[in-house]
Amino acid sequence: MDFSSLNAVAMIVLLIGAATPILLAAIGELVAEKSGVLNLGVEGMMIIGAVTGFITATTTGSPMLGFAGGALGGALVSTLFAFLTQYLHSNQVATGLALTMFGLGLAALMGRNYNGIKPPRTDRLEVPGLSDFPVLGELLFSYDPIIYFSVFLVFAVWWFLNRTRGGLVLRACGENHDAAHSLGYNVQLIRFGAIMFGGACAGLGGAYVSLVRVPQWTEGMTAGVGWIALAIVVFASWKPWRVILGAYMFGGITILQLSLQALGISISGAYLSMTPYIVTIVVLVIMSADRKRASINAPACLGRSFHASH
Amino acid sequence: MKFTKTLAAAAAMGLALSGSAYADADPVKAGFIYVGPIGDLGWTWTHDQGRLAVEAEYGDRVETSYVESVPEGADAERVMSQMARSGVDIIFTTSFGYMDPTINVAAEFPDVAFAHATGYKRAENVATYSARFYEGRYVIGQIAGAMTETNKIGYIASFPIPEVVRGINSAYLAAKSVNPDVEFKVVWVYTWFDPGKEADAANALIEQGVDVIMQHTDSPAAMTIAEEKGVYAFGQASDMSAFGPNAQLTAILDNWGPYYIDRVGAIMDGTWESTDVWDGIGAGMVGIAPFSDKIPADVQALATETIAAIASGELHPFTGPINKQDGTVWLADGEVADDGTLAGLNFYVEGIDGELPN
Amino acid sequence: MLRLEQRQQPSKLMLYLTPVLAVLTTMAVGGLLFVALGIAPGRAIYLLFIDPFVDSYNLSQLFVKASPLILIAMGLSIGFRAGVWNIGAEGQFIMGALAGGAVGLALWGMTGWWILPLMAVAAALGGALWGLIPALLKIRFNASEILVSLMLVYVAENFLAQMVQGVLRAPDGMGFPESRNLGRNEPTALPDVFPALGINAGGVTMLVLLALAFFLLQKHALGFQIKLTGDSPRAARFAGVKPGVIIALCLGVSGAAAGLAGLFELTGAAGKLTIDFPLGYGFTAIIVAFLGRLNPVGILLAGVVLAGTYIGGENAQFMLKLPAAAVTVFQGMMLFFLLGFEILINYRVKRLRRAV
Repeated sequence: MDFSSLNAVAMIVLLIGAATPILLAAIGELVAEKSGVLNLGVEGMMIIGAVTGFITATTTGSPMLGFAGGALGGALVSTLFAFLTQYLHSNQVATGLALTMFGLGLAALMGRNYNGIKPPRTDRLEVPGLSDFPVLGELLFSYDPIIYFSVFLVFAVWWFLNRTRGGLVLRACGENHDAAHSLGYNVQLIRFGAIMFGGACAGLGGAYVSLVRVPQWTEGMTAGVGWIALAIVVFASWKPWRVILGAYMFGGITILQLSLQALGISISGAYLSMTPYIVTIVVLVIMSADRKRASINAPACLGRSFHASH
Repeated sequence: MKFTKTLAAAAAMGLALSGSAYADADPVKAGFIYVGPIGDLGWTWTHDQGRLAVEAEYGDRVETSYVESVPEGADAERVMSQMARSGVDIIFTTSFGYMDPTINVAAEFPDVAFAHATGYKRAENVATYSARFYEGRYVIGQIAGAMTETNKIGYIASFPIPEVVRGINSAYLAAKSVNPDVEFKVVWVYTWFDPGKEADAANALIEQGVDVIMQHTDSPAAMTIAEEKGVYAFGQASDMSAFGPNAQLTAILDNWGPYYIDRVGAIMDGTWESTDVWDGIGAGMVGIAPFSDKIPADVQALATETIAAIASGELHPFTGPINKQDGTVWLADGEVADDGTLAGLNFYVEGIDGELPN
Repeated sequence: MLRLEQRQQPSKLMLYLTPVLAVLTTMAVGGLLFVALGIAPGRAIYLLFIDPFVDSYNLSQLFVKASPLILIAMGLSIGFRAGVWNIGAEGQFIMGALAGGAVGLALWGMTGWWILPLMAVAAALGGALWGLIPALLKIRFNASEILVSLMLVYVAENFLAQMVQGVLRAPDGMGFPESRNLGRNEPTALPDVFPALGINAGGVTMLVLLALAFFLLQKHALGFQIKLTGDSPRAARFAGVKPGVIIALCLGVSGAAAGLAGLFELTGAAGKLTIDFPLGYGFTAIIVAFLGRLNPVGILLAGVVLAGTYIGGENAQFMLKLPAAAVTVFQGMMLFFLLGFEILINYRVKRLRRAV
């Protein structure tokens, strides 16, 4: 087999584009989970972001406003989940699933008049001189602003969680909400904020799908990306930097599979498609088996409702 | 006594008469069952365009209804039954997976006509219809073969089923006929609709030097990528030039309107019967969108000629000599593939690289 | 200003009243949505909530849609009671259908009353084994069963796709990726038992299992242990309950139930294995389990109501031209209200005066 025509640089550029919506949604979900909330509504928030972002961008003509609109849409719809789970103590798993259902329906209704429209183009960030540099120029300076922002966001989340007092408090809510409460922190409010941050990130990821990756709006276009984001958080063992690794690896497997086919190499799509999930399970097992390490990463109160006793 | 009886009879007759007069004024009801949302801009959207064409044609004389995103199986059976019970005269079931449900429900409602798209099971009140999309693929294959400069044509394929394999073979034979050096790169994405993955596939193909892309998936994602990367592509199912004003060379159009209008008209005349329609360019079920001015005049002329020849029946895309991929003879010189073989086509023709997944 | 105050005792009244309140609120807010879409709200609500339960044809479809949801939710609820979060029922549903379907296809052409029961055993085993993977990883490695079971859904979906394009593909199916029709083949087709409500042999099995679950949870010592594990894991350990056993039991049982549901769907409603065979029942059932408050009777009711809105939603689409998406929004809203109003069972709303 002749692999020489597989251009590694081009493939990396492609996989980063494919991975960015997953990355954005996953880093948001990570923050929510770190605060102790399991939100299975990522897919619903993403599709809402995809449609609100698309509507904003096409009406204003500005892709940047579109991304903001997507993030806002995702954050707004996530408040439904936040209110129900934090103040009405509804079960997070069930509420998250309901959110996905609601979001898919609402997005389809909202987008009914936006079929067949091309959104304004999101330009790549050209760095004079550097973008034209061979290999490195393409590898580092050939992306749109959102891709840089997504990496920055991962850094910011890492910094916030590990280097700031606010991050410490947020993690405390996820580790032991009773203790955080007795220290005087408003667990519900903190979680509310974390859920909205997750919603904004998911919405931004959705907008990236409808404005950059496949610039168009069609019903159900996120096609399960939100669920993959959930897997990536686990794969990353709740560590921000590993979310990048996970998202890019997942994107990489998809791109590699398609590129190998384009090269003329037959591979079984179905078996290859399951590998990321199996790898995620293996990582989860390895990580969980070491109880000491697991206790540092996996939030102990994940998915558990907090009732402040009066 | 006698008088009242007569009166009653007359009244009953009058009622019956007015009843039948009423029936004449009663619009014909046509129901449509869709597998996806009408906003998919692909398969379901084209069928809904057909439904709208029926409404436009007959106005008040017809009443149409539809249900979107109906899963194939028990749900489909239920929706069909409900439609039949509500007094619908003809039901179009527009996905292959509705085949068995259609047959089952049709048996329970012998007075309702059913038409099932792309299947192969018929009954007294179940017709089938499908389009010879491979004819359209032959036309675009020729254009692709003439337009490619790298001699590499990319093909985004959904599932390895006869319909898709037929399209690949037809397009390849056509491309080869105008460009002996042409090479096909087929990528199977195992989905009908996943814009993200379709976009990835287009990107991966372009990366491999492909400069013309064909697709057999539903979304316009590949077209948008082609536009962005400056390569050519063909619209699938509908005109996608809005997504690729520079990229789209032409498009294969799924044009169900004429068939739907004809069948609903047959219900009105009372002449409907179960038929197996497999129409192509000739009958207008498969259309070719206007050519892009990027296509040179001689290629346009050739394509126009091909369209005419296919429409008249003079040219059949699968005319021998054609060998199978392994080199064995499929069609002898001058031999034309019969519909039965085409319906179950499960091999590549000679010259296509790569293995057909089983 | 309003505030919530915890009740001393869960309110019995609210337990029964909240679902009614939630449905009424859904009707009101949903009605507004329909008005906004230009659709007669009264007619739409009638079609969604009343017609499915009064029209004889709709009734004959009710349990076709409700049975799989109820059966899966029943299994899941046992685990949820114990704090074992299996959210991968969709995967177990697929693996059950694959295992049972494979047996049926392997025995194609043979006849005998034993074929269908054998398929059911295979399906239950298939689903249970798929459910036991997260159980084992939880017990042995402390890996979260929520996440492992979810990941296994995608593995199962891809496996199904591979199977129907490969070994399980119908030899006479013109190359389409689908199996033979097990629902149209005498020895493998699920017989109807009470067609007026859409109850077939699978529906009967579901009802029997539901009664068993009720007995288990209310009367049996094991049910007590399960509930104790969920309420207070520490107390359970003191009481001699082995957490590993409970985890394996819960995931095994819920997996088996989902697997059975998969087979019943295959041999009853769907007939064939195709790539699109899974319809998300495994996920919807999680919602059904919670709407039913993890109680067998509640689950039965929740499953029936949700199934009704699916059936009514289809009718509203072609009778009123209500978009499919509006039905989904409506269902999502109903779930939100049902989940939200539950708070009133354990809390009361109090008006807070500033002077206090």
